[in-house]
Amino acid sequence: MGSILRFRKLCFLEPVKFTSNDEKRKAEEEKQLSPSPKVDQKTSQPAAATTTALLKDKTKKKPLKEWRCIDSCCWTIGYLCTTWWLLLFVYHCLPANLAGLKAPEPPGSRLRRDGLTALHPVVLVPGIVTGGLELWEGRPCSEGLFRRRLWGGGSFTEIFKRPMCWLEHLSLDNETGLDPPGIRVRAVPGLVAADYFAPGYFVWAILIENLARIGYEGKNMYMAAYDWRLSFQNTETRDQSLSRLKSKIELMYITNGYKKVVVVPHSMGVIYFLHFMKWVETPPPMGGGGGSNWCSKHIKAIMNIGPAFLGVPKAVGNMLSAESKDVAFIRAMAPGLLDSEILGLQTLEHVMRVSRTWDSTISLLPKGGETIWGNLDWSPEEDHVCESAKKFDAKGNNTDGRRDFQVLESTNYGRIISFGKKSSELLSSELPTLGSQEQASLQNGNSQVSNVSCGKVWTEYDEVSRECIERIAENKVYTVKTLLDLFRSIAPKTMKRAEAHFSHGIAGNLDDPKYNHYKYWSNPLETKLPDAPEMEIYCLYGVGIPTERSYVYKVSPSSRCRSIPIQIDSSADGSQNGCLKGGVYFVDGDESVPVLSAGFMCAKGWRGKNRFNPSGIATYVREYKHKAPANFLEGRGLESGGHVDIMGNVALIEDVLRVAAGGSGVELGGDRIYSDIMKMSEKIKLRL
Amino acid sequence: MTALRRRKGKKPQNSEPQSEENKEKKSNETEECSNTENLNLNPGCSSSSSTSSSSSRRRKWSCVDSCCWFIGCICSLWWFMLFLYNAMPASFPQYVTEAITGPLPDPPGVKLAKEGLQAKHPVVFVPGIVTGGLELWEGHSCAEGLFRKRLWGGTFGEVYKRPLCWVEHMSLDNETGLDPPGIKIRPVSGLVAADYFAPGYFVWAVLIANLARIGYEDKNMYMAAYDWRISFQNTEVRDQTLSRIKSNIELMVATSGGKKVVVVPHSMGVLYFLHFMKWVEAPAPMGGGGGPNWCAEHIKAVMNIGGPFLGVPKAVSGLFSAEAKDIAIARAVAPGVLDMDVFGFFQTLQHVMRMTRSWDSTMSMIPKGGDTIWGGLDWSPEEGHACSSKKKKNGQTSGHNKTGDLANSVRIKYGRLLSFGKDVADLHSSEIEMVDFRGAIKGNNLANITCRDVWTEYHDMGIGGVKAVADYKVYTANSILDLLHFVAPKMMKRGDEHFSYGIADDLDDKKYDEYKYWSNPLETKLPNAPEMEIFSMYGVGIPTERAYIYKFSPATECYIPFQIDTSAEGGEGGPCLKGGVYSVDGDETVPVLSAGYMCAKGWRGKTRFNPSGIRTFIKEYRHAPPATLLEGRGTQSGAHVDIMGNFALIEDIIRVAAGATGEEIGGDQVYSDILKWSDRIKLKL
Repeated sequence: MGSILRFRKLCFLEPVKFTSNDEKRKAEEEKQLSPSPKVDQKTSQPAAATTTALLKDKTKKKPLKEWRCIDSCCWTIGYLCTTWWLLLFVYHCLPANLAGLKAPEPPGSRLRRDGLTALHPVVLVPGIVTGGLELWEGRPCSEGLFRRRLWGGGSFTEIFKRPMCWLEHLSLDNETGLDPPGIRVRAVPGLVAADYFAPGYFVWAILIENLARIGYEGKNMYMAAYDWRLSFQNTETRDQSLSRLKSKIELMYITNGYKKVVVVPHSMGVIYFLHFMKWVETPPPMGGGGGSNWCSKHIKAIMNIGPAFLGVPKAVGNMLSAESKDVAFIRAMAPGLLDSEILGLQTLEHVMRVSRTWDSTISLLPKGGETIWGNLDWSPEEDHVCESAKKFDAKGNNTDGRRDFQVLESTNYGRIISFGKKSSELLSSELPTLGSQEQASLQNGNSQVSNVSCGKVWTEYDEVSRECIERIAENKVYTVKTLLDLFRSIAPKTMKRAEAHFSHGIAGNLDDPKYNHYKYWSNPLETKLPDAPEMEIYCLYGVGIPTERSYVYKVSPSSRCRSIPIQIDSSADGSQNGCLKGGVYFVDGDESVPVLSAGFMCAKGWRGKNRFNPSGIATYVREYKHKAPANFLEGRGLESGGHVDIMGNVALIEDVLRVAAGGSGVELGGDRIYSDIMKMSEKIKLRL
Repeated sequence: MTALRRRKGKKPQNSEPQSEENKEKKSNETEECSNTENLNLNPGCSSSSSTSSSSSRRRKWSCVDSCCWFIGCICSLWWFMLFLYNAMPASFPQYVTEAITGPLPDPPGVKLAKEGLQAKHPVVFVPGIVTGGLELWEGHSCAEGLFRKRLWGGTFGEVYKRPLCWVEHMSLDNETGLDPPGIKIRPVSGLVAADYFAPGYFVWAVLIANLARIGYEDKNMYMAAYDWRISFQNTEVRDQTLSRIKSNIELMVATSGGKKVVVVPHSMGVLYFLHFMKWVEAPAPMGGGGGPNWCAEHIKAVMNIGGPFLGVPKAVSGLFSAEAKDIAIARAVAPGVLDMDVFGFFQTLQHVMRMTRSWDSTMSMIPKGGDTIWGGLDWSPEEGHACSSKKKKNGQTSGHNKTGDLANSVRIKYGRLLSFGKDVADLHSSEIEMVDFRGAIKGNNLANITCRDVWTEYHDMGIGGVKAVADYKVYTANSILDLLHFVAPKMMKRGDEHFSYGIADDLDDKKYDEYKYWSNPLETKLPNAPEMEIFSMYGVGIPTERAYIYKFSPATECYIPFQIDTSAEGGEGGPCLKGGVYSVDGDETVPVLSAGYMCAKGWRGKTRFNPSGIRTFIKEYRHAPPATLLEGRGTQSGAHVDIMGNFALIEDIIRVAAGATGEEIGGDQVYSDILKWSDRIKLKL
């Protein structure tokens, strides 16, 4: 089906191309044919007018040419189609492994020759956005889509066919965070849920294929698909996804000869699985009632890929103005979508409206406040030098250390949002500050902006007055802590809903009974790891790609229907160290998750026996340096460090396979670090 | 892809006649011109005449290019139509249908949702043989690029692309009945495993869609997909499928607040689920260790659709000569495959036989219960049956030809499952000279060097053996087993470890704890679950294969030595015989006797097969072919697979799933003679 679609698309383009061809040909034909018809025309013109019954509209032009005009069009189409088929045919006749095109040996085959075989069952936990969603019940506009994918897997054709209907079905109820009445959209189960996000765009497929090469199959591999739009506890309330995961792990543990499972979560799946581990050991009404030994009995290792333990700054941009460069890769997949006008000029507003109903996006807001992410003047990454600057240094190797020093001071990553480039660089003492009283008045001062003419698009910004926005902008800079207050004032409903499910702080005393509530379970800074001394936790992530860390905002030019009043100031460019680009400060990471968020827990927060890790679970940090694909044939690269592309990284796959086949972290070689994560972690003053 | 290829295929054919048409048009034009040429008025004429001076160049152009021209035309048209089709609102076909036939009845799901029914009990589907999808997990080099692609189900594209590779991968090991080394084919999991068998050919999809209307979704529906090629116990040994079903049922019961599940098995799934029920209560090493109350605690009802409890005669001909008219629907889906020479040199049937004989599961459907159930040489439970054409005649001239009916009933001896020659089938048993084949020496091998790698066990048999088989003349259900042992010793040796076809004398005998008896309802007790209900739902009113007339094949080395004698026709006297096959009432695959007997009599009340007195219900659905083309495969069909789209059946299932009992949905519903026939069977209960 995919190939047909692609084919059709290609063919639809053809006519456009041909018009130009045709004109050329027409012109040529005219030249060729001009002498003879001219003569005829002179003689026959007067009479022709009388006998045009048969050739109605051909009188104006020369009839022969008219005949050729349509025909040559058909001719070219036919010609091209035939060639296309011929090529397709030849392509199909080609032996699958032509000498020149031979791909490098996949790691699975190599390891199999080394004698690795399937040992521990593997559980895959997909992240946000990558899992497929299908329709089970819908409004009349969605007729014929029963059990079709609305999200992922397919080609997203429905977005283009009936965009409003599609949005309506994907959004959740604004109050409950569950299905709106009359609509049931559910996660696709099974390995197909997230093997490919779109045809040809793999997510888990490569890993699955390599696992299969050493003997894995459906019975010892499980994709823990869940509805990634819901808050974690709601996946259990509505779909019993956590119970299902528990039962599947228990089953695989038993049927595979009492071998513990290896869990491989990705992206948001990492915190989902953190939530699961707490849930499963908690007694029944709120938890799964597995008893306090469940994790140590059933889990051998957790291999977190691109973990978003402490949140991602991208989620902030997404919440504020729906402008995250790609909180997953909505943009990458449909680059035109956000900028085009299919939804009638209000694409971003629609996206914001829909994504704000998804509780899960809140789970990705930065956690740990200023202790982790830095305050106005300080941040753990502050001496990070961006690549472009590094290169500069390398060229003129004697360039001044003075400049480097300056860099140290000027990048205030801790200011996660600043209004205007200048305010992001000022010293904190020079910044205007907003008193707490004033902030309180922000919340009260809301007055409805008249939005009658703006159609049905509803974002919470409509309830925030213009003056209020201006006051927000006057405040100039926000750190992670004040940011949460900001959200509470501009998106009160979303935050109210979400804060019942997620928490973003740091626990003072972990034994406080309040931390038994499920809203703390997905925050590694407010939960203890389970009592499982033999378990291993890995942090596997890519480094070497500039990753969004903080933003420069501006107030958008006011127009009535532009209901998002602020936007990233994409004109803010080039700080001295090259970390600022298009209004975004970059730092090292895997394009979505900064190193700090991915690595801190394994590098320091859980290292050794401490209050977050009372049983002393062994942790390993394994980084994979990003290398862009060398040639076209490699596709998305064998050594990529990109957030999703890393799933095709040969070294990462090898690590996962080795652990699944029984290897331990020490056997893999322990830590493998390229970034400054250790140095950064040292700077964070967190009581352990 | 297929669409593409089809288009490609059509093109040359289409372009030919049309190009001729074009030529004609042109000649018309020139004629017109010649008419008007005198006046020299028409500019078109002048131009064409001017080009005719350089006609040789023009001819060249039209020859190749008009070809391209038409391809282009057709393509553009095709795309245009495709575009229109895609732009068409989804409900458009329904409008058309309603405009023609009047408003359609609501699908049962919608109707019942309006009545206020809601999802209550979780539902488990158990697909039958052939309908489940199989995908490749590991293969030989010829199967490159097919990783996790469907080899069975879907478009079957690979059958045409690389047939030998396909057969190689679909076959199992001849000794173990498991995967051959280096090949791993596994069942597709999830609802997608058997919702559609091929694009547009639904199996479970209609039922699923209707259940969804009253609130079912993925969390309370489960497709118990298993590898239908291997024997039931092996699905547990290799894939732990039974454990998985157990765990899923337990999970669904737990998460739905203690509501028991409703199980809906279809076709061979019925036997598979019988096996499961015994397995789950058997102690751990061989069984699932669920304890003696597992079924009572977890199962509300078992709603068997078209269940071949006692086997199907089709399985016999399938194993004997690979000629099952359609052991499920393989032929219906790929009608050309068996008759064409895709595999080169007309050995398709041999390849199919080699492949299907490696599948243990086919042996689970050999008729069970022997002569007691299926009838002896001179007797069979169905003997009074009058075939449909006869019945119609009766309707017109009622009571007129009772004698003819009687004569007819005497003549057809369904008990003789296989007979060699039509005359033999009709003779009285005392007149048949039977030469025992059992001791016959199989003789020297047929020279099969020329037969390439096609291997069927017939090649070991030799001419002597083949002759001995034919000399025995007539086979009943008992002797069929001996026959199969004789002609296919290896296969039956494998099968004997997993299946049994007899009737138990003493069900408490220790030997019946062995798993090979679990799928035979005549050799196992039902679980101790007095609250459970068992439904037998099947279609009636379609002639169904029951007994065969065979003949020698023309003796060439590479052929299967026997084939159905398609020339044997019943004629005026016996409409039940057609093309060498005696047919009886049923759902096209399973005769009424096999589908209904257990619920009609074998398990009715408290019997030794049903010690706890589980209630049984028979629900028959009379077959009515689709009224119009728009109905597709019909909403009142009774055919073995099409019945899954039968509205009445779907309604019954939904009602039970929503909490109704057998009495509440109307108890028995019988159209056929099953009760009469059951009474004729002398089985100790």
